[in-house]
Amino acid sequence: MDVLEQFLKTFFDWQAMGEVVPQMLTVGLPNTLILAASSAILGCFFGLILAVMGISRNPVSRWIARVYTDIFRGLPAILVIVIIGIGLGPILRQLTGITNPFPLAIFALTLMAAAYIGEIFRSGIQSVDKGQLEASRALGFSYGSAMILVVIPQGIRRVLPALVNQLISLIKESSLVYLLGVTATQREIYRVANDSAANSGNMSPLIAAGVLYLCMTVPLTHLVNYIDKRMREGKAQKVEPDEKAAIIGKGAQA
Amino acid sequence: MSEFNSGSLTASNIHLAFGSNKVLRGIDLHVPQGTTASVIGPSGSGKSTLLRVMNRLIEPDQGDIVLDGKSVLKDNPDELRRRIGMVFQQFNLFPHKTVLQNVSLALVKLRKMSKDQANAKALEQLELVGLAHKADARPGNLSGGQQQRVAIARALAMEPEVMFFDEATSALDPELVKGVLALMTDLSKGGMTMVVVTHEMGFSRNVSDTVTFMDAGVVVETGSPEELFTAPKTDRLKGFLSDVL
Repeated sequence: MDVLEQFLKTFFDWQAMGEVVPQMLTVGLPNTLILAASSAILGCFFGLILAVMGISRNPVSRWIARVYTDIFRGLPAILVIVIIGIGLGPILRQLTGITNPFPLAIFALTLMAAAYIGEIFRSGIQSVDKGQLEASRALGFSYGSAMILVVIPQGIRRVLPALVNQLISLIKESSLVYLLGVTATQREIYRVANDSAANSGNMSPLIAAGVLYLCMTVPLTHLVNYIDKRMREGKAQKVEPDEKAAIIGKGAQA
Repeated sequence: MSEFNSGSLTASNIHLAFGSNKVLRGIDLHVPQGTTASVIGPSGSGKSTLLRVMNRLIEPDQGDIVLDGKSVLKDNPDELRRRIGMVFQQFNLFPHKTVLQNVSLALVKLRKMSKDQANAKALEQLELVGLAHKADARPGNLSGGQQQRVAIARALAMEPEVMFFDEATSALDPELVKGVLALMTDLSKGGMTMVVVTHEMGFSRNVSDTVTFMDAGVVVETGSPEELFTAPKTDRLKGFLSDVL
């Protein structure tokens, strides 16, 4: 009975949780969202550039995209955040006077996110039928316009589920920023919980943090499944009978 | 009287190789204004590639392409393609856009029309192919035949001087072929200059003004439909016709 009590007290001390929750929601949550959302948006932007470079006809830009992607996909997140955040911190401070670790944290997260998102976009864009580019070019669109107006929008739509997965992993990875040393108001969810746990010698705040992370990530995973399902079934529902006949006709001819 | 602002098209001595694979070996094709030339031949003979070279989707290694009496090889290829409409075997409509947007996209972006102008023009073209009532549908909701008619409307909206058809009915279910061929016949009769790569021997024989038989990257025979279909001169054409007819 003692063991169970101890277990409950260590992990589910409601009072310790209750004390940390307000801070977690007012300080930790906004900071986590700022870190994840900014690096997701920047990651999408640079990821798209990497994807376009990766399928370019210019071998130099293909090579740059390849090497970049290999490096930043292949390194542990903790390593990149520490090298960038702690390594570049003093330089940034000397140059600009900025002591806030967020810019460098976002930069480090973006570097890695761009590598993953670039690969996601590239595979999506490459999965678009070649006829789409050809038809656009036959209408008189330049390669760039054809990609921007026709090919890339279709490619991105197909990889939305993978993109949301990437957002989920950014929400989780943003917790590593605690390593850079943050002031009280700069703490994200994990750090708020960690501080509280260290002060009280109780794990409950960390459990509360876990629940809060799940409150963000679980809906997102369901959003992924929803998008995925709608993309597959939405199409099937709309097919008219004569379209089915046409498909059967093609099969019969082949 | 032509309903279209069509032009003449001449390709001369076109050579193209992919590596050591010589796909086109000195092709000549002359399509006078307002006429329909069909190009027939076995698969792999270079017919579709010839179309793509003539609108410079693929640049030829050698030879000249003359549109309306003027060589176009030095022009901006994007501008050349705005003057030549192309219809594909697999339709290649843009699935993420509505039928109307498929037709109006190039009008807005390339012809710099206002949205309203472009939509009006696109609707007019859809009317012409009998699909104005599908303007708000997605291409995926249309039958293959309807999709191909939208693709034709999309190409015609740019008011091309020449229309290319690359096996436009080959991917269609047999009962859907007729509607597309009827539309192509109307265009031909209306005075559009057309180059039609096809396996539809009926169309080739009854609608086109000239027929060109290609095999292994060369023009083997060319002439009027009667000449080629009733009195083929070469064994290769005789063999091909006996295979397909």
